[in-house]
Amino acid sequence: MNTSDVKIYGAIAEFENPSELLHSAEKMRDAGFKKFECHSPFPIHGMDDAMGLKRSVLGYIVFVFGLLGAAGGFALQTWVHSVAYPLTYAGKPLFSWQAFIIVTFGLMVLAGAISAVMGIFHLSKLPRYWDAIFYSDRFKKFSDDGFFISVESDDPKFNEKGTMDFLESIGGKFVEVIKGA
Amino acid sequence: MNSNENTNQLANENTGKISFAVGIAGILLCVVGYLKDPEQFIHSYLVAYMFWVTICLGALFFTLMHHLTGAVWSTVLRHILDAIMSTIPLMAILWIPIGFGIHDLYHWSHASAVAHDALLQAKAPYLNTTFFVVRTLIYFIIWSFLSIKLIKLSRSAVTHADLDRMRKVSAIGTVLFALTFSFAMFDWLMSLDPHWYSTIYGVYLFGGAYLNAFVIIVLIVFLLKKSNILDGIVTEEHYQDLGKFMFGFIVFWAYISASQYFLIWYGNIPEETIWYKHRWVGSWKTVSLTLVFVGFVLPFIILMFRSVKRNLTFLTAISLLIFAAHYLDMFWNVMPGVQHHGAHFSWMDISTFLAISGIVFGFIWRSLVNHPIYPSKDPFIQKSIAFKNF
Repeated sequence: MNTSDVKIYGAIAEFENPSELLHSAEKMRDAGFKKFECHSPFPIHGMDDAMGLKRSVLGYIVFVFGLLGAAGGFALQTWVHSVAYPLTYAGKPLFSWQAFIIVTFGLMVLAGAISAVMGIFHLSKLPRYWDAIFYSDRFKKFSDDGFFISVESDDPKFNEKGTMDFLESIGGKFVEVIKGA
Repeated sequence: MNSNENTNQLANENTGKISFAVGIAGILLCVVGYLKDPEQFIHSYLVAYMFWVTICLGALFFTLMHHLTGAVWSTVLRHILDAIMSTIPLMAILWIPIGFGIHDLYHWSHASAVAHDALLQAKAPYLNTTFFVVRTLIYFIIWSFLSIKLIKLSRSAVTHADLDRMRKVSAIGTVLFALTFSFAMFDWLMSLDPHWYSTIYGVYLFGGAYLNAFVIIVLIVFLLKKSNILDGIVTEEHYQDLGKFMFGFIVFWAYISASQYFLIWYGNIPEETIWYKHRWVGSWKTVSLTLVFVGFVLPFIILMFRSVKRNLTFLTAISLLIFAAHYLDMFWNVMPGVQHHGAHFSWMDISTFLAISGIVFGFIWRSLVNHPIYPSKDPFIQKSIAFKNF
């Protein structure tokens, strides 16, 4: 294999347990790494802070779509009941906004919920079938009992030797470079 | 900082004295008001009384839920809740003017009216003065028993067994509370219009009651923090949880009141719709819409933001808004029965409010001064202080 075809995607290190992963994440953050990721079989409380992640924008996405859903639901019923099928029920006016509130509310919740799910997928860049991190064999443990920190090679602080040394210095085991064709 | 230090610091404060002074001034004005126009006085008094009694009962319910769910975040607030609940026996004393005002307040108490009214005759076994007073006595005996018992246990709780004991009281207490609260609201407010009924009425007022229990806690915490008490004990994490509950119960209150309105609107039966008709005449329409806006729309939008919930000054401002909405809510429930052509605010609304607020808040404050400000020996206290939102 020609060495020029081999690309370096980053580095990965394994940690003993969740609390070690958490503290190592803090050290990564304090060292100034930006494009690093922690992998664990289950969520770890406090990891967002430890990694120095900003608050998700998901709330704002849901807010906007919730508003759109409510407005759409109200407009839909107004159109159906006052324009498209103007039928009188129980002697009520055609534009009976009171009766529209429930469906309006329902569509707000529906649009908000769908946008929350879709938003999570979008922000997490899912669905994704392949990632360079799969070049690492040890990484297969991540969904079982492995706790990993990986650094991407396009992190401004990344350099092969220095990053690997740093990962080792904060307690990482089996530090390896992620590379492949 | 230990709790005794807090107590001494509070004792130097004038808040309690000012509160009692306002209350006494209010009572003097109330006496003048009573001599001038007893009917206006007793209605204004009922509004102010309902405002405070629902808040105190909301605090009781918060305590019941706190113990029943084994909540840890609210442990730091437990003695503040105790202080608010401690005024429940006082509320029984403050009810006495209403007892004497039954004839002015409640149409069903007029023998001449009942004689010409088949509906009131049918309801007479329940709606009569003697049974009304007896029921009120039963409510207050149950509420006083629950609050005194829980306060006593709370102030001495040091072990997990103590917490279990409070949980057991709360389990029975929740059932008793649900029934007594609902019936108390039927009696004191719904029977103002004895022909009208709504089974959800008690739940509707419960929404406002529980919501305003969080409001008063925020206001008390704000006053305490101004004297640097509870620093590092009640943190922005606790403010955020209070804010979340406020947000939730604004929605709950709006949801229940909309449900009540919605069913009556759909059914369109005159004896039910008349209640809303009274609240849509003349300037009452403005009051109704203001209530929707100030009680729901505005705080709903503002409290959605995390930064507002985590900032005590913002949270206090929004609490005052909800407080005002709660007063308007009580006003809106009581007054249309006597003011048939539009809302009319009287100076007695202010004097009765000052009288009851001054006295009740004075006693709440006295209880805060005389007892530890937070349960420093509770097994969960350290966990509660360190509580964080995820």
